[in-house]
Amino acid sequence: MDKFFSMGGYAPFIWSSYGIGIGGLVVLAVISVRTLRARERELQFIGTRQKKNVINNTESCQGEGTIHES
Amino acid sequence: MHFFTKLALRHARALLWWSSALTLVLLVIGLVWGLFFSPADYQQGEMVRILYIHAPAAWMGLFAYTVMAVASAASLMGKYPLADIVAKASSPVGALFTIICLVTGALWGKPMWGAYWVWDARLTSMLILLFLYLGHIALVNAFDDYGRGARAGAILALIGFINIPIIKFSVDWWNTLHQPASITRVALPAMAMEMLLPLLVMGLAFKAYYVTLLLVRIQSEMAAVQVRASRLTQNNWTQNNRRENGR
Amino acid sequence: MSLKKRRLGWLISSLVALGMAIGLLLLAARDTVTFFFSPSELAQLSIKQDRRLRVGGLVAAGSVQRTGTIIHFVITDRVQTVPVIFSGILPDLFREGQGVVAEGRLGTDGVLHASSVLAKHDETYTPRDVAESSLQKKWRGERAPGAAQTTATGGSAPAAITR
Repeated sequence: MDKFFSMGGYAPFIWSSYGIGIGGLVVLAVISVRTLRARERELQFIGTRQKKNVINNTESCQGEGTIHES
Repeated sequence: MHFFTKLALRHARALLWWSSALTLVLLVIGLVWGLFFSPADYQQGEMVRILYIHAPAAWMGLFAYTVMAVASAASLMGKYPLADIVAKASSPVGALFTIICLVTGALWGKPMWGAYWVWDARLTSMLILLFLYLGHIALVNAFDDYGRGARAGAILALIGFINIPIIKFSVDWWNTLHQPASITRVALPAMAMEMLLPLLVMGLAFKAYYVTLLLVRIQSEMAAVQVRASRLTQNNWTQNNRRENGR
Repeated sequence: MSLKKRRLGWLISSLVALGMAIGLLLLAARDTVTFFFSPSELAQLSIKQDRRLRVGGLVAAGSVQRTGTIIHFVITDRVQTVPVIFSGILPDLFREGQGVVAEGRLGTDGVLHASSVLAKHDETYTPRDVAESSLQKKWRGERAPGAAQTTATGGSAPAAITR
């Protein structure tokens, strides 16, 4: 086990390489998935808000109507 | 082409699950094989194991750029809305692969060659590839007008495509410190099976990773486009509303 | 449809033009793009004394001599040779028969006074136990430029294994 971790004396080079390689793949994957979820959540939010606006505006034809924030 | 893209989009989520699963399985097999069950090399000793990260990263760095260039050509030639999205989704992944390739290469080079970096044709052209990726990412995000950014990025991608054959043949055309290819289609590989097989598994694993991340980022970009579009209609709607109500 | 074809035409012609331009550029800058000269290439150049350059090839067998901290050896490509003087740390992989790239200044005596010596790794990969068990002593360097592909390189042994 010891021999495995020391990698014939080249341990820092080999383990850093694997760390950066796999680590980099993981980090990008996490960032990409997080962004995807955030955007889909926002899409959902806009979808429900648009439905609400349609309802509000058809109900109250007179009057002020709701103020929309973008 | 259109039929398949529509099909793919509808089943994007399912595809994503399968692709991620495949990526994970291949990565685990490749890593375990490369680290535990493959032999040390008679010249490099244990350092040969860096190859299992370095070479697949290099291959995918080139592959991602080629995909990006093809998408860019398609985008410039006609109305393929997905083309811009594929190009935009590709460059960060390609940049990551290139960075991994350069860093693992440097870590290999210091004990083996005696230098972290040399300005030979192979290393220099790979560094240029990284700059092209970073330039592309900057361009597609720099413009308020989404279409203009996409077009600028597409032009850069195509101009830079000349770098791909330069990278590939650099070790053959010029004297370089970097060794020539061990795996060529013509000759039998100059690599023992015990090392070639885990290397190929890792190559497939990285390719599966690229496909998976591309699917994630394409969906992400499409969602962003929709968000932008609905914000625009929201604004128009608000303005119309206000006008109607006499404000 | 014809608009698309016209665009395609423009695209392809500009890429071809770009390719040719870069090709010419690289052709003109050949000497700077190359990382090292082989001993044969060096012999063909007009030797510019005191110019900084790199020479690459194999460490000739039996040529390594150490006197204190100074090392003498000869770089060969099996056609021409270049003697080298170096005082410094050699890379791990340095040994006779290994590919190397030495950087330094060429003296009037034709000896390269090297400021750095890098080891060049070839493209063969062989398991350690296989290499040790095979009786032939392998010439672990690169194939010489222009020479016929020799079986003395490590390429033959791995090929035997893969079968």
